[in-house]
Amino acid sequence: MGYRHTLGGESYHFRDIKTLLAVASPLRSGDQLAGLAAQSDAQRMAARYALADVPLRSFVETDLVPYEEDEVTRLIVDTHDHTAFAPIAHMTVGEFRDWLLSHQADTPSLARIAPGITPEMAAAVSKLMRNQDLMSVARKVRVVTKFRNTIGLSGCLSSRLQPNHPTDDLKGIAASTLDGLLYGMGDAVIGINPATDSVANGLALLDMLDHARQLYNIPTQTCVLTHVTNTLEIMNRGGAVDLVFQSVAGTQKANEGFGVNLAILREAHQAALALGRGTVGQNVMYFETGQGAALSAGAHHGIDQQTVEARAYAVARAFDPLLVNTVVGFIGPEYLYDGKQVIRAGLEDHFCAKLMGVPMGCDACYTNHAEVDQDDMDNLMTLLGVAGITFLIGVPGADDIMLNYQSLSFHDILTLRHALGAKPAPEFAAWLERMGLYDPHANQMRPLELGQTPLAKLVSAA
Amino acid sequence: MTEQGKPVVPSRVMADEWHPLRALTRARIGLGRSGNAQRTTDVLAFQAAHAQARDAVHTPLNVQDMERQLHGAECLHVHSRATDRATYLRRPDLGRRLGEQSLHQLRKGAWDVVFVAADGLSSIATQTNAVPFFMAMQPLLPGWRIAPLVIATQSRVALGDEIAQAMGARMVVMMIGERPGLSVADSLGIYLTYAPYVGCPDSLRNCLSNIHAHGMTIPAGAAKLAWLMHEANRLGLTGVGLKDAAPDKVLSKYTPSLHDKDTDA
Repeated sequence: MGYRHTLGGESYHFRDIKTLLAVASPLRSGDQLAGLAAQSDAQRMAARYALADVPLRSFVETDLVPYEEDEVTRLIVDTHDHTAFAPIAHMTVGEFRDWLLSHQADTPSLARIAPGITPEMAAAVSKLMRNQDLMSVARKVRVVTKFRNTIGLSGCLSSRLQPNHPTDDLKGIAASTLDGLLYGMGDAVIGINPATDSVANGLALLDMLDHARQLYNIPTQTCVLTHVTNTLEIMNRGGAVDLVFQSVAGTQKANEGFGVNLAILREAHQAALALGRGTVGQNVMYFETGQGAALSAGAHHGIDQQTVEARAYAVARAFDPLLVNTVVGFIGPEYLYDGKQVIRAGLEDHFCAKLMGVPMGCDACYTNHAEVDQDDMDNLMTLLGVAGITFLIGVPGADDIMLNYQSLSFHDILTLRHALGAKPAPEFAAWLERMGLYDPHANQMRPLELGQTPLAKLVSAA
Repeated sequence: MTEQGKPVVPSRVMADEWHPLRALTRARIGLGRSGNAQRTTDVLAFQAAHAQARDAVHTPLNVQDMERQLHGAECLHVHSRATDRATYLRRPDLGRRLGEQSLHQLRKGAWDVVFVAADGLSSIATQTNAVPFFMAMQPLLPGWRIAPLVIATQSRVALGDEIAQAMGARMVVMMIGERPGLSVADSLGIYLTYAPYVGCPDSLRNCLSNIHAHGMTIPAGAAKLAWLMHEANRLGLTGVGLKDAAPDKVLSKYTPSLHDKDTDA
């Protein structure tokens, strides 16, 4: 059958729902690379008109990847909450957009429907939304998660402190960690991307981080972002694992490219829960995602990159994660060419995840071969801040010397917190205050010299 | 404001206390701040590093200069199907295939190995390091039939496969400019592939990365590559099978993650 719309006297036909979603998507280089993007602006608009009339039920009835051959599809179908879906079941995609923006769609009602929203519905409605729509709906959603502190409360903006080092030097990592703590960073997690991805190295890094955390009684969690199978082995050996990390994508085949499946994630989730290390809650998983991951693994099944990305949030949602973030500009210009495309993608990813009830943060970042610079990052972080992003990633001076890309600096996140009046997670803010680092009335970090804070011993202790 | 009403410039005292800690990492720690923001010196330093990295991506490879570095040794120049830098960046698939004219220009021989010097994402890396690396390999491969150096522009790693096929080489060594970071813009990557063919997967390659003045030196990299090439010759393969046989110090373990998806392959 397919879909049809006439615009400017020309009739456009779209073979199936997958094609319709792809053509309706805002322009990005990854869809062009895959041969899925609209051939003209008019064709894109015709697709949006047609998409606006598609009933949300169509996404329940149609699998973009066959149920029999893809465990992510099976997860989406088998866990779809029909009761939660009922209040919106009669709507088309266009009507859904209008309802989401209405004042009736408040925080409690958005929380009630979240389990009824599939990734494809979230992606579809996002394609009819302008950037401001993506922000104003997302900011109404509250997703609160807990481990040693409380992430995602209204008025809070958390941060991941990312102290990477090209040789995983413990003291070098400790020096960057100290730097970040003095800026009030690290309430989401202190998380290292290891240069060497091995069990022995992961154990050493976790031991150092855990020691530092206990030394100062910091109410946060630490993580080494190593492969889930390494983390399982580290847990077997009694390592200090707070959070299990894994990169995930939106199809079974793309996840196989990452060397994971749902069963191994379940095993790791259970193992981390059994450790019982959380003090205020038991959200123990941390996932990263990013548009383009499925296509780069040759595993996108003809689905546009934004829709297949949203399917990764269904994977994340199944494991009650503490944190999820999109690594939005890292993948390179063949997927997101310039600042405009990176900013749009960051807002889409945040919106879709929040709509589905996933605690979404962002690594607002770029590589040096993309048409992006720090001004684009300023714009993206500010828009995400207004949209209520759960957390942002910060690295010293915005320069990650291990992964060779640029993210946000600690200064940037401090600037944004100040501009928005946003605070760190409450337990972490109270700790910063106890340590004499934070003035809660002015919501400002005090500019201390190293000799004025006991934290400076963190480096010699590493 | 001071008593005289002149604005106070934030002091650098806080930044200087960090001096000993900076010996532990090249990360931009202890910058100090003005209010919440970075100070002028740090903003300019960051932007200057970014400008250099972008120039490394966008400056065309100077082929004449590389020919001069070869002191008269024979070399060939080929071009991928990506006609310009903007196309190259958007279409990795075109950077993996030879332009028609280049394909016709290559003659079949009986070579044990062909070395390719490719611009990749940093022409500066290739211009600085590729010919010295090629020269450093010569004494380490006695008796090998080494094809003339091929200089490739708008090239991805996989372009070497088609070059080796067209020239009848049993092995290809791709020396290619790596994606520049802020601290290093001239880092060379080396990819070794045995019996390469068009469409051959990356899992059949072995890789050495970070070859530059502050990373792996050219003699160290050349010694590692020579070990890999002799083993590849003996086993008749490269890739995972060869990596598993390598001593730990030669190659580190590879686990895929999102952060590996920015492959310049």
